[in-house]
Amino acid sequence: MGWAGLSWWDRVRRDRILLLATLPGVGLLLTFHYLPWLGNVIAFKDYQPYVGILDSPWTGLANFRIIVSGDPAFLNALTNTLIITLLQVLVVFPAPIALALLLDSLMSARLKRVVQSVLYLPHFLSWVIVVAIFMQLLGDGGLLNNFLRDHDLGTVSIVSNPDAFFALVTGQVLWKDAGWATILFLAALSRIDGTLYEASAVDGATRWRQLWHITLPGLRGLIVLLLILRLGDALTVGFEQIVLQQAAVGVDASEVLDTYVYNNGILAGDWGVSAAVGLVKGLVGLLLVLGANRLAHRFGEQGVYQR
Amino acid sequence: MTNRTTIAGITAASKPVRALKGVVLALCCAAVVVPFLGIVSTSLATHEQITRDGGFVLVPDEVSFAAYTAILSGGVVTRATLVSLFVTVAGTALSMATTILLAYGLSRPRSTAHRPLLMVVLFALLFAPGIIPSYLVVKSLGLLDSYWALILPVAVNAFNVIILRAFFMDLPREVIDSARIDGAGDVAILFRIVLPLSKAVLAVIGLFYAVAYWNAFFSALLYLNDTAKWPLQLVLRTYVVNQTQLGVDQLGSAGAALPPQEAIQMAILVLSVVPVLVVYPFVQRHFTKGVLIGAVKG
Repeated sequence: MGWAGLSWWDRVRRDRILLLATLPGVGLLLTFHYLPWLGNVIAFKDYQPYVGILDSPWTGLANFRIIVSGDPAFLNALTNTLIITLLQVLVVFPAPIALALLLDSLMSARLKRVVQSVLYLPHFLSWVIVVAIFMQLLGDGGLLNNFLRDHDLGTVSIVSNPDAFFALVTGQVLWKDAGWATILFLAALSRIDGTLYEASAVDGATRWRQLWHITLPGLRGLIVLLLILRLGDALTVGFEQIVLQQAAVGVDASEVLDTYVYNNGILAGDWGVSAAVGLVKGLVGLLLVLGANRLAHRFGEQGVYQR
Repeated sequence: MTNRTTIAGITAASKPVRALKGVVLALCCAAVVVPFLGIVSTSLATHEQITRDGGFVLVPDEVSFAAYTAILSGGVVTRATLVSLFVTVAGTALSMATTILLAYGLSRPRSTAHRPLLMVVLFALLFAPGIIPSYLVVKSLGLLDSYWALILPVAVNAFNVIILRAFFMDLPREVIDSARIDGAGDVAILFRIVLPLSKAVLAVIGLFYAVAYWNAFFSALLYLNDTAKWPLQLVLRTYVVNQTQLGVDQLGSAGAALPPQEAIQMAILVLSVVPVLVVYPFVQRHFTKGVLIGAVKG
């Protein structure tokens, strides 16, 4: 089948089924992933819903002023977002690596499968369910506080305490996703060449030295890849999770960039400014991924995509 | 320090270290299992016990299904459950159809326009559209207050397309080539060879889509102003997270004494978890078979 000499039209005819197959999916992606980028023009306009996108007056970069003017509400949202991201990279990111190492060292394959099934499960629960479960356990009338009250130990305010919000949010992400995230690390662990361990054991390596010189280097590519992807989402932190709990702790403690865009734009009607914040957030996220990927290439790792 | 060596060459841990590992893993499992147990138990418990145990029961003395009868006899919760079921079934069907077709269409790297079409998928993975522009698109298409607003914007998940495409590309070429020599066209190859060989990965992706539709909360909050159309997750938020009291008006059963509020709340919670718990064990065993790993390496 020599196809190199085929004209473009003949090639389209030959691949017509494949091309047709891509149409519905590509159409949906173009409509709901690419078309919205046009909607970003309202970041440069004074958009009024009843006037429409096209007829709303242009305002140039006025909507973007909030990002550089030191607006306290915006700065608060930005700071909270960055703190939560930092906590997640420091606390949530290493947890599945440790958990995967623990699971991997279980000798019984059967037990390992049972533990895995249990730990993957919370990933499939919605944020509403997770938040409701945490209220039942740690809320003012929840399991923990009832126990403390029964034993005259006083109570601790967790779910409605603004000072504990970052810890609560981090704990919830850990509970929901740390188990599931082990799946990739377990796969990477199973690919490490077993003869490396044998050889090192012969040379008298301790378990800690094996961990440091064989296991962790074997996971390095995956860790870099996941860190890059996380960096791209540095300005995105659990939107549903936070929206659900904002009423309990107040905006000061819980506002992040996404909730800022939602609260000010869709709820309060300040469309232009919110769209501007959302647009800058999206662009910064993209630059972060591309930058981190370039850095990964420089360190000799594969990164997200090949050059 | 002397080390015992296993066959695999991984130096075996000493006894106390192994015991410590066991305890840590047991605690992790308990952290998942105990809350579930408590929720199910509370939903089945009687008024007296709930009051005595302070709102959260770990082991019920007496089992009562009154809370389930109350929420499933045709009130707000019943309707929301039906809405969620409809959105999940219709959405998953549409998602699977479009995702399979798109992944198949992209599974031959030398086909016409392959590269630009693949770029459309890959860039969708990198740029997430913002909340406001997405809202404007849904609004201008006239989809506000329509169930399609919960389905169409998320119908194609670029990540799932990439996983499935990687899997299709790894299928043995000889089988496909010999079918082609026997005269099978692209449609026949998809239905008779590619899909039957991909059952495991299709089950996993189907679960991902179904769970996403079933769990969707924010899209409903954003796009549905009419509370009568709310799916289960929003009802759960209103009555469980925000602790709004459910009265006779919201429940189907008029007249009879209401079951305890806590039991009703936990019954709604159980109702929203059960479909996931029912499907999960059947799909879960495929996770470890490496169906998800292809996308990471390629």
